[in-house]
Amino acid sequence: MPSIPLQWYLIVAAALFCIGLYGALVRRNAVAILMGVELMLNAVNINLVAFWRYITPTNMNGQVFAIFIIALAAAEAAVGLALFIAIYRTRDTVNVEEINLLKF
Amino acid sequence: MVDYFAQFMPGWAAALLWFVLYAVILLVFALVNMLFITWVERKVIGRMQDRIGANRAGPFGLFQPVADMVKILTKEDITPTAANRVIYNLGPLVVVPPAILVFAVLPFSASITGVDLNIGLLFIFAVAGTATLGILIAGWGSNNKYSLVGAMRAVAQMVSYEVPQLLSIVGVVMIAGTLSMQGIVAKQAQLGWFVLLQPIAFIVFLIAAMAEVNRTPFDLPEAESEIIAGHHTEYSGLKFGMFYLAEYMSVLFVSALAATVFLGGYQIPFVPVGNVINNFLGPFVLIGKTYLFIFLTIWLRGTLPRVRVDHLMAFAWKALVPICLMNIFLVALIAPFISVTAANSPALAAPVAIVSMLVANAIMFVIIYLVIQSIVRRDRARVAEGTVPAR
Amino acid sequence: MNPFVVLSFVAVAAVTIGGGLGVVLARTVFASGLFLILSFIGVAGIYVLLEAPFLAATQVLVYVGAVAVLILFAIMLTRRVMSGSTQDNRMNNQWIAAALVALLLFALLVGTTFQQWNLSQDSPPPDSVAQLGAAFLGPYILPFEIVSVLLLAALIGAIVIARE
Repeated sequence: MPSIPLQWYLIVAAALFCIGLYGALVRRNAVAILMGVELMLNAVNINLVAFWRYITPTNMNGQVFAIFIIALAAAEAAVGLALFIAIYRTRDTVNVEEINLLKF
Repeated sequence: MVDYFAQFMPGWAAALLWFVLYAVILLVFALVNMLFITWVERKVIGRMQDRIGANRAGPFGLFQPVADMVKILTKEDITPTAANRVIYNLGPLVVVPPAILVFAVLPFSASITGVDLNIGLLFIFAVAGTATLGILIAGWGSNNKYSLVGAMRAVAQMVSYEVPQLLSIVGVVMIAGTLSMQGIVAKQAQLGWFVLLQPIAFIVFLIAAMAEVNRTPFDLPEAESEIIAGHHTEYSGLKFGMFYLAEYMSVLFVSALAATVFLGGYQIPFVPVGNVINNFLGPFVLIGKTYLFIFLTIWLRGTLPRVRVDHLMAFAWKALVPICLMNIFLVALIAPFISVTAANSPALAAPVAIVSMLVANAIMFVIIYLVIQSIVRRDRARVAEGTVPAR
Repeated sequence: MNPFVVLSFVAVAAVTIGGGLGVVLARTVFASGLFLILSFIGVAGIYVLLEAPFLAATQVLVYVGAVAVLILFAIMLTRRVMSGSTQDNRMNNQWIAAALVALLLFALLVGTTFQQWNLSQDSPPPDSVAQLGAAFLGPYILPFEIVSVLLLAALIGAIVIARE
C-alpha cells in the first residue's frame, strides 16, 4: 500500500484541470488556449494513473488509457498548431477574437 | 557497493552515500573525458590538416584544454541589453542537465551502473530529447536573428533525426526483448554483438546520432559561414562554456551509447560477462570502444563538408526513416525465430542469429542500393533533359 | 507515512500546480510555454511516485521533448515581427466568469473525492512494462492500430495544413 492517500493525487489533478480550464477560457492567443487544453489532458492522465495504482494495480488498463491520451494529445497539438500557423499566414494574427470571418 | 556501506550504517544512508558518490565520480569522469576529447579533436584534426595541433601547454599540448577553460572562465560575461534577461540566462542552465543525466543508466561493468532502470533506453531518449529545449530557449532569449534562425534549424534537425535514431534502436530492442541497458549488454553476450546482427541499423544510428549532437557534417545550427554561431552567438564566458560542455558531453555519451548498444558495451570478446577479468577491465574496455567512435566523429569532421539544409531534412525523412522501417519489418519477421532457437538450443543461438540477420541485412542493402540507383538515374535523366535544375 | 515520499509528493505537486498557474498568469506567451514545460515535468514526477516509470518516460519524451517544443516553435512562427518581441497574451473580458466556473468546478471535484474508495492492497507487477506491452498487443490491439492510423493522419494533415 503506497504511503500517500489517493485523495491527494485527485485533488492535484482537479486543481490542474481547473487551472487549464481557466486558461482555455480566458486566453485570447490561440496557442495559449491550446496550452490550457494540454494542462487539462494532463490532469485527466494523473487521475487515470492514480486510479490504476490504487484500485487495479495488477491490471494495466489505466496505463493503457493514459498512453492513448498522450498519443491523441500529441496528434491534437500537431494539427492544432498547424492550423494556427495557417491562420497566421492568411490573417496575420492568432488572436481568437479577431478570427471571425464566419461571424456576421 | 551498497552492501559494503550497509555494514557501517543504516540501509537508506548507505544507498544515499553510494548514489552521491557515484554521481560525483560520474561527473568527474564526464568532465575529464570532455576536456580530453577537446584535446584529441585538436590533435587529430591538426594531423588531418597536415598541422601539429596544440603543442605549447604541457607535453603534447595536453594542458591546452585547461588553458581553454581558464580563458573561458575569465572572459567578460555579457547579457545583451535587448535580450530577455531571465530567458537568456535560462538557456545554458537547461542545456547542461540532460547531457549529464543520461550517464546515470550507462553500464560500466556488470556490477557498475548508476541505476539499471528497466526502461533504460527510453529514459535515455526521453532525457536527451529535452536538450532541444535549451537551444530553443537560448535562441529566443538572445533576441538576435542569427540566434533565432540557428535555434530553429537546430530544433528542426534534432526533432527530425530523433526519429531515425529511435527507430534504428527499435530493431535492437526487439531482438534483445528488453529496454534495460544491462539486459541489452547481457543479450549481446548470448547472441553476438548487435553490430553483426544489425549492421544497417548501426550505420543509420551513427549518422542520426552525429546529427543529433550537431557534429560537423550536420552542424548547420551553428554554421559559422551562414549564421555566425547559431543559438550561442550572444553567449560569452561561462555561459558559452556551458554550451561547449553540453555539446562535448553529448558526443561522449552518444559514442558510449553506440559502444554499449552495438559493440557489446563493457564486454571483452570471448571472455564471459561474469568473469573477474571482465568485471575489472570492463570500464576501460567501454572507454576504449567509446574513443573509437569519438575518433570516427572527428575523422568525419575532418573529411566531410557541411550538408545543405534541404538535403539534411530530405535525408532524414526520405532515406533514413524508410530504411529503419524496413529494418524493423525484417527484424519482426526474424526475431521470434531467434528467440525460439535461443530457448531450445542455446549453443546454436548466436550463429543462427548472426547468419539470419546478416542475410536479411544483405537483402536489405541490395534493395536500398537498387532504389537509390534508380532515383539517381531518373534525376540525372531529368537534369540532362533540362526539366529540373541540378541539386 | 514515509516522510521522504510525502516530501517528494509535495515537491512534484508544487511544481505541477505552480507550472500550471504560471501558464495562465504569465505575461508573455513564451513564458507561458516555459511554465507549461515545468508543469509537464511535474506530472512526470507524479507518474514516478505512482510507480509508472514507463509512463513518466513517455511523458518526458512526448510532452517535454515534442509537444512543448512544437508549442514554442509555433509561438516563434506566429509572433508579430514588426511590433517587437512581447506578444499579446492578455485575458479577455470574461475572466471573472471563467474564474468563477473554474473555482466552482474545483470545489465540485474536490467534493467528489471525499468518499470511501474501493482500494486494492496489491502492488504493481515488477515487469509492468512487459505487461503493458502485452496489454497493447492483446486486448487493446484494435485501439492501438487505430491510434497508429490516427497519428499517421495527423502527421499528413499537419503537413498539408501548414504548407503554403
